[in-house]
Amino acid sequence: MLFFLEVILSGLLAGVMYSLVAIGFVLILKASGVFNFAQGAMVLFAALTFVCLLEKAIPFWAAFFITLAVMIVLAVAIERIVLRPLVAKPPIILFMATIGLAFFLEGLGQGIWGADVHGLNIGIPDDPFEWLMNKGILISQFDLVAAFIAAILVTVLVLFFHKTATGTALMAVSDDPEAAQSVGISLRWIWVITWSISGFVALVAGIMWGTRLGVQYSLSLIVLKALPVLILGGFESIAGAIIAGLIIGASEKLADVYIGPYVGGGLENFFPYFLAMVFLCFRPYGLFGREAIERV
Amino acid sequence: MLYRECGVFKSTYAEDMAIFPLPLDKWGMGILLIVAFLVIPMTADRYLLTSIMIPFLIYSLSTLGLNILTGYSGQLSLGHAAFMAVGAYTAFNLSARLDLPILLCFLGGGLMSAAIGSLFGIPSVRIKGFYLIVATLAAQFTIEWVITHWAWVSGENVLGAIDTPPMEILGRSIDTPVEKYLLTLVVVIVLTIFAKNLVRGKIGRAWMSIRDKAVASEIIGVSQFRYKLLAFSVSSFYAGVAGALIAFCHLGCVQVTEFELLLSFWILGMVIIGGMGSILGSFLGAGFMVLLPIYINRVVRMMAGVVPSDILTNLELMIFGGLIIFFLIVEPYGLARLWLIIKGKLRLWPIPY
Repeated sequence: MLFFLEVILSGLLAGVMYSLVAIGFVLILKASGVFNFAQGAMVLFAALTFVCLLEKAIPFWAAFFITLAVMIVLAVAIERIVLRPLVAKPPIILFMATIGLAFFLEGLGQGIWGADVHGLNIGIPDDPFEWLMNKGILISQFDLVAAFIAAILVTVLVLFFHKTATGTALMAVSDDPEAAQSVGISLRWIWVITWSISGFVALVAGIMWGTRLGVQYSLSLIVLKALPVLILGGFESIAGAIIAGLIIGASEKLADVYIGPYVGGGLENFFPYFLAMVFLCFRPYGLFGREAIERV
Repeated sequence: MLYRECGVFKSTYAEDMAIFPLPLDKWGMGILLIVAFLVIPMTADRYLLTSIMIPFLIYSLSTLGLNILTGYSGQLSLGHAAFMAVGAYTAFNLSARLDLPILLCFLGGGLMSAAIGSLFGIPSVRIKGFYLIVATLAAQFTIEWVITHWAWVSGENVLGAIDTPPMEILGRSIDTPVEKYLLTLVVVIVLTIFAKNLVRGKIGRAWMSIRDKAVASEIIGVSQFRYKLLAFSVSSFYAGVAGALIAFCHLGCVQVTEFELLLSFWILGMVIIGGMGSILGSFLGAGFMVLLPIYINRVVRMMAGVVPSDILTNLELMIFGGLIIFFLIVEPYGLARLWLIIKGKLRLWPIPY
């Protein structure tokens, strides 16, 4: 029973890490309707910039804010160069453009900072949490801290969306871009803000994932972990991303531990997709996605 | 002056329905076929055949398949590479274990891929838009997993690699690049004609109606289930044959890593850059994406001399990504659209009337 609990708990915590990446997706989808495949590349880019600044003996918070500034500059550039000319084009064209963007960012990040694997240590030990260990459950302190940070991040985002004027404007744009424009909300400004925020989320996710796996190219592949989470949760919901992250994380671990040995392991690559697919057959817009009403 | 409909009189139904109604188009096609069948095999060197022409043809075929699904039927798929893998491994097993004639192996590879493709297409009846990528990604990862974990599929090879047996058609062995090129060419041309006739007939119209407005097409009696599944299976069939061609005519020895997710993105890129919903576009897009890395490599070398390979890789990635974006901004509807514009201009050239 304790082992079962441990598996579930560590799965849930891993799920939180997936959610961190999925939230970045949701933000951009909500505000600009762009399915941003470059989110993984942004995570890689942010983490690489951050870790290389740290290695140049720049203090933690200075490096954090410099990277944040870089991500904001990047957001402005993306809005100006990529999004503005592609306004009102079909979603699949924008999706393809973000794939191009992903290639570009991967090349740029590794071109500037090199393709080496960088270790990242932010001072949180990856040791078992003592209080739980005494009860017989092994849970990493780092995972708990990551979950805590994710919780803070989500709280801040939710407060931002619901309590500030800019946040309300963002929600308005996601609801109906044309109506939002007609009451004087600048779409361009909103896009810069969303891409900046998702740059910020990418930075946080990059730091957490970088600490876990080391900062390297494979970091950009975590989008593949975030996609089923995003889809299961529904594209427009931050809460959905969190809950789906928890479901995927826990069930993936359970499947890997209890089914994996019988079929030769390696289930974690496709199990989340299967789960999301089966789930979607019953709820085609995810857990909290907005149902599109089709009319003739 | 030269290129126009004036003076072309269609007096029979067949003439009206011809794929190339204009004489200039017919001649152009004829010249293209002569070049493809005679000039290239006689003059091209090994490099042009094995590194450019054969991959170009195979990717065109695969792109054509995805274009049927994404461009004509409007169903987004990110699992195309996996269906190519199914075709490659099935053809390999048919050839190595059952010793079937090679063309039957290709056909079998395509059919197997079509069966699995339509299986993963079933959720498309419920799931729409970007949500559908979850089903196709599930196909991608599940198929990759099956190939690497079920040793039987790859003939008990540890790495999941297959080494294709020698090919033979009617007792004549196919092993030089020219022969492989011609075999690929014939398969591609036959399947292209098939696709062209498919999309301009009843089935193609049903697909396009689903793409343009699913609800409306359902109301006028187009069975969503049947036609979406048909689109998935035809698309996967093309992918399967293309995969088998890659294994037998292009690489000779393939691993499952050839058919990774990245390839799915490449093929999607070919569809979009070439032009969604266009047969010609599939060829243009594939040609563009096959030639692009080669030319980027050459230009970078020419401008910067010898560059360390890791910088070159990153530079290539950046230029490649940048070009995709640039291209989408300049012509979001693809190269085929450019061709349409050129044709429109040619009709009025040189004296607009």
